[in-house]
Amino acid sequence: MLHQIISAGFGGQGVLLLGQLIAYSGLQEGKNVSWLPSYGPEMRGGTANCSVVVSDEEVGSPVVTEADVVVVMNRPSFEKYEGNVAPGGKLFVNSSLIDLKTERTDIEVYYVPVNAIAEELGNGRVANMVMLGAVLEKTGIVSPKTAIACLTASFGAKKAHLIPVNEQALAKGAEAVK
Amino acid sequence: MAKKLMKGSEAIGEAAIQAGCRYFFGYPITPQNEIPEYMSRRLPQEGGCFLQAESEVAAINMVYGAAGAGARVMTSSSSPGISLKQEGVSYIACAELPCVIVNIMRVGPGLGGIQPAQGDYFQATKGGGHGDYHLVVLAPSTVQEAADMVMEGFDIADTYRIPVMVLGDGMIGQIMEPVEFRQPKKREVPAKTWAATGWEDKSRDRAVINSLYIEPEQMLEVTERLMARYEQIKQNETKVETFMMEDAEYCITAYGTTARIAKSAVLKARAMGIKVGLIRPITIWPFPSEAYEKAADQVKAFLTVEMSAGQMVEDVRLAVNGKKPVYFKGTLGGFVPTTQDMVNELVKLTEGRE
Repeated sequence: MLHQIISAGFGGQGVLLLGQLIAYSGLQEGKNVSWLPSYGPEMRGGTANCSVVVSDEEVGSPVVTEADVVVVMNRPSFEKYEGNVAPGGKLFVNSSLIDLKTERTDIEVYYVPVNAIAEELGNGRVANMVMLGAVLEKTGIVSPKTAIACLTASFGAKKAHLIPVNEQALAKGAEAVK
Repeated sequence: MAKKLMKGSEAIGEAAIQAGCRYFFGYPITPQNEIPEYMSRRLPQEGGCFLQAESEVAAINMVYGAAGAGARVMTSSSSPGISLKQEGVSYIACAELPCVIVNIMRVGPGLGGIQPAQGDYFQATKGGGHGDYHLVVLAPSTVQEAADMVMEGFDIADTYRIPVMVLGDGMIGQIMEPVEFRQPKKREVPAKTWAATGWEDKSRDRAVINSLYIEPEQMLEVTERLMARYEQIKQNETKVETFMMEDAEYCITAYGTTARIAKSAVLKARAMGIKVGLIRPITIWPFPSEAYEKAADQVKAFLTVEMSAGQMVEDVRLAVNGKKPVYFKGTLGGFVPTTQDMVNELVKLTEGRE
């Protein structure tokens, strides 16, 4: 099993955390993982992305160029990374903010209005978790249960009250692509 | 201990602390700021001292001082900052003091950019500062290896009274991977009887920490002692990984993160029927020449890949010594080569051209 994932959006959308949660969860499930962020002068409001690898084997290149899963949370990311989906791979598009449709026919595309769904849940900040729910539903890279366990561990007692809404976000995201 | 997912920079910091390092002097620079950040948080908890110096020059001279007093001490920086430290590094080498220096390379020359590169190979392995000296240079390709190398680096430094450099690139600094902290193999690390720790009881000769030898006879004695020690280090500490070289007809070679990409390329090329193997120097000084000498009798050609304009390739050519062609493929500007780039180069190699 080898998953190569790109998660991209603008700073603050939680695209790095989305990738980290996949990596954390992969580690918990006994896989080899790597998480490589873009870093640069483009932090606040700029674009952010990360490459994640989850594999049964040792991780070779941590830089993902032919991804089997690409998540795009804003329009510039769609334009930049649509072409990085390997043939047969899956593209997850945040249709709340991206009004483009892909013209590619060799990939599977899921348009998920993650901001709208998050707002319905009463917390716009869980849009990334809605997206993660959709990704995990369609790819099974890791189990949503593991993702929540990792989030619980990293949130600690102070933020424990935020776990239920994150759990709901994962479930809603999964539902949206069922 | 269970594996933790950690950033390379943070793992380097924690590894130093686990190895007994209690002093860190540095000056911030991307892409390694998480090292000083981590040390600033952790060292006070361990009763150590983190100090952000006023400059890189000050930082390396603080390292010189702490090392002279026998402490386990580390500094870290990235390429332009490491350049600023070179005078101090040469002094520390001459004064025969142990310390660990981390260079998380960014692209140059000049202030350059902040993306990953491997353009400091010459600086790290051929001198950097002035005079006849060497550092032991360890080149990690994963976060786990970076942590292991920092921990063992302190032991190597103390054993041979030599500065040890851990040479990573921006990717090693920024990537998160699982890591566990494990003590290196036990060594007989000699006591630091030479350290300048006070002279109250007069029970031994005065400890003098110095790098100035005006008398040529004295300077000769010091450099000969250094050279003899370097020979010992070559014998004992040279490390290399070979991968699928047993039946290889071609050899790709790289160090650091480039080597793990090369490993993926080997697997991909093998799946296409190209019999290729990898030689990965783990120590780039001392350089594992023997592995190449041996391979030169077996393979048809070598391909060196680096994120530079061609630096390690010179050591590969010296080792292969004209027996077989040695080709080079570099990426510049802070770009990272892809597995496919390397496979394409390997295909070219099998077609007998470069």
